[in-house]
Amino acid sequence: MTELRPHAPSTFTSEEPLLEVVNLKKWFPVKSSGLVRRTVANVQAVDGVSFSVPRGGSLGLVGESGCGKSTTGRLITRLYEPTAGQIRFEDTDIAKLSKREMLPYRSEIQMIFQDPYSSLNPRHTVGTIVGTPLRVHDMVPKDKVLDRVRELLEVVGLNPEHYNRYPSEFSGGQRQRIGIARALALQPKLLVADEPVSALDVSIQAQVVNLLQDVQREFNIAFLFIAHDLAVVRHFCPEVAVMYLGKIVEIADRETLYSRPHHPYTQALLSAVPDVKQASVGGRRERIMLQGDVPSPINPPSGCRFRTRCWMAQDICAKQEPPLLQIGPRHKVACHFAGERGSTGHVPITLKALGVNSHGDPVPGEEPMQGLDAPGYSPMFKDRETHLRESEPLADR
Amino acid sequence: MSSPHVNEGFLSAGQQVFQPSAGEDPFLVVDELTVRFPTHDGLVQAVTDLSYSVERGKTLGIVGESGSGKSVSSMAVLGLHDPRSTRLSGSIRVGGREIVGADEDDLRRLRGKDVAMIFQDPLSALHPFYSIGDQIAEAYLLHNKVSKREAKARAVEMLDRVGIPQARNRVDDFPHQFSGGMRQRAMIAMALVNDPKLLIADEPTTALDVTVQAQILDLLQDLQREFNSAIIIITHDLGVIAEMADDVLVMYAGRAVETGPTKLLLTNPEMPYTWGLLSSVPDVTASTDARLIPIPGNPPSLLNPPSGCPFNPRCAHKDKVPGDLCTTTLPDLLPAQVGEDHRRRCHLPDPEVIYGTEVLPEIAPNLVEQHEQTREEETR
Ligand SMILES: Nc1ncnc2c1ncn2[C@@H]1O[C@H](COP(=O)(O)OP(=O)(O)O)[C@@H](O)[C@H]1O
Ligand SMILES: Nc1ncnc2c1ncn2[C@@H]1O[C@H](COP(=O)(O)OP(=O)(O)O)[C@@H](O)[C@H]1O
Ligand code: SF4
Ligand code: SF4
Ligand SMILES: [Mg+2]
Ligand SMILES: [Mg+2]
Repeated sequence: MTELRPHAPSTFTSEEPLLEVVNLKKWFPVKSSGLVRRTVANVQAVDGVSFSVPRGGSLGLVGESGCGKSTTGRLITRLYEPTAGQIRFEDTDIAKLSKREMLPYRSEIQMIFQDPYSSLNPRHTVGTIVGTPLRVHDMVPKDKVLDRVRELLEVVGLNPEHYNRYPSEFSGGQRQRIGIARALALQPKLLVADEPVSALDVSIQAQVVNLLQDVQREFNIAFLFIAHDLAVVRHFCPEVAVMYLGKIVEIADRETLYSRPHHPYTQALLSAVPDVKQASVGGRRERIMLQGDVPSPINPPSGCRFRTRCWMAQDICAKQEPPLLQIGPRHKVACHFAGERGSTGHVPITLKALGVNSHGDPVPGEEPMQGLDAPGYSPMFKDRETHLRESEPLADR
Repeated sequence: MSSPHVNEGFLSAGQQVFQPSAGEDPFLVVDELTVRFPTHDGLVQAVTDLSYSVERGKTLGIVGESGSGKSVSSMAVLGLHDPRSTRLSGSIRVGGREIVGADEDDLRRLRGKDVAMIFQDPLSALHPFYSIGDQIAEAYLLHNKVSKREAKARAVEMLDRVGIPQARNRVDDFPHQFSGGMRQRAMIAMALVNDPKLLIADEPTTALDVTVQAQILDLLQDLQREFNSAIIIITHDLGVIAEMADDVLVMYAGRAVETGPTKLLLTNPEMPYTWGLLSSVPDVTASTDARLIPIPGNPPSLLNPPSGCPFNPRCAHKDKVPGDLCTTTLPDLLPAQVGEDHRRRCHLPDPEVIYGTEVLPEIAPNLVEQHEQTREEETR
């Protein structure tokens, strides 16, 4: 039997991954009111995500608002304290480093924010905004800071002589460039870009997307690219993860994810994107209508978190959480009945991995597989058919 | 619980068959609309010489960058501009009645009855301190002689109709108790409570997730089919236009720069700004290695718009126009080369050829053949 190898390096590039996230969690406590504020519940914003980002590569993180994308980004930049899990950056787990221990990594991991208005201090000049990180981290001698600021402004396509202007004198797209110049100042190895173009007009979005691609190539920067715009993410990221209610439900290379999604949520999400090319056909595309709203992350559904809106849900979906199983060279999916639309079977593909029968009840003597939360892809994997074949005898018991 | 009024509502209108009588004017006719705002910094030329019309049962999509005059022109249709701070000229006829210069009482009778508007931000239309149900009932009471009870029953039906689960239990909720998608539905319910003949949706789904957007767009289409209303949908998303609109109006710097039937305009566009919009968005369904082609620069200031063609500072094709026409002379909105009812504001002598041979091969090489085909069919 082929075994899953929990710590196999990512097969995405020949290189070691720059960032590996393992079973990362962030629960925000909900406090009771009154004098003694006890924790009465938790917002399970991010609940056990694993992925890796190759050096100089890009991983896209998509999903609808509230699914935990920003929280994931803020955990990696350590703006938030992780509740559990590892964040391995160049083989150091930075998840639990103290502020002081974290300092050398601060410059290596930078963030670009969605809102080019609120993320820049309106009372500081562009020179101060871009120059401050240079000074704080002693990147260049004091008398060279301004030269470097000018260089950075030039890199992002702004007039280098505008260093003494204020953010209010720039348009939205230009402000986003200032934010990018600030992030580049420290020559980071990883940029967490949280909805970097969502606030911009479409024509300006393209300018900023192209700029990000240029700086990525020129400086070999890896990106965690967070966005809800599926087309922009497909354009930017060779690899894409889909989140739902704090979990990754599917992760794959972009061709696989966009052309052959295996998770019902990914299928619904993609079918909902309006397509310009529809103009030549007329009418609306056939789409999967999801019923109801996303449930609260304070009290998420048992088993599969998508089951309250899933048209394929069975008993097992309420009892067992589907593990993120690798079913292709660069394809993992978390669904008991994963498959392309219209070709899903009646037998869960997860039975062997979980050691349960098709009702979701444990089978005596069967052990659940270990290491299913490893990031990246293994060169050894079982495709969906193999999972199915192995599952069937169990299902009969 | 149903009252006669409720039964007469659009809930039962699905059975009716609408047949536009020949020769009748379109329900909305906007003619040479110009809107100016005098400000400390000067005169904001928000909308200039804008003309369009929408028939009942049809959807017009308006696209353009922010600040291009989409909202200002639509608000004029509802008579929402304060005459003391706005200079407005031209004509807007709704169901044959003139809106420009109409008094506030007439406008109030029109708003929320024959014409309704939904906004990007539902909280701007919903009062935080009143229940959703009371607000919808109030909008109904304003235009119908019914009891409060009947109005409330109507609110429940409307919420149910727009897909609020357990509407009867949620009708007394306050706006903050609804999710973003539900608030949007509640606002739509309120806008539709009096069976408007014209619905203006100003970026109704921009703030929403795609799955919720899909639900809202479906809802608008269902309601249109049942009730035969005219719809104007304002959006920056050409995908939404492609799937929803019968006709498109592309706006730039307060003017119409290209208009026409959706299929024609999106497959055979003839104005460089429209090309720019199409080439700056990535494709969700196709391979991804082609670089995006952004429109350089920023939209112009409407305090001091460029002379000549307003798009000229950003246009990559102006060197193909003889002389300095692009910088000195405003092009007229003239019939396009391909297709009936297709108009464009551009001096280029042969935009069709440029699009087919220069633009399309860059942005969608796989569509060149199809483009050629439509072109032949339409020009035959
Ligand atoms: N500081 C916080 N305190 C409490 N809850 C939070 C906080 N930040 C985010 N959340 C909650 O965590 C969930 C995920 O939020 P977020 O990561 O911002 O999602 P996304 O970026 O995908 O829209 C949401 O339910 C959100 O309300
Ligand atoms: N009340 C007003 N006073 C002055 N300028 C205004 C007013 N309302 C809108 N404008 C200006 O008119 C132009 C068009 O605005 P608008 O129609 O809102 O654009 P959009 O196409 O984004 O909807 C913008 O430049 C805007 O700043
Ligand atoms: S595990 Fe079950 S409920 Fe979850 S997505 Fe798959 S079929 Fe649907
Ligand atoms: S008129 Fe000239 S500047 Fe304007 S869009 Fe046409 S070619 Fe470009
Ligand atoms: Mg976010
Ligand atoms: Mg607007």
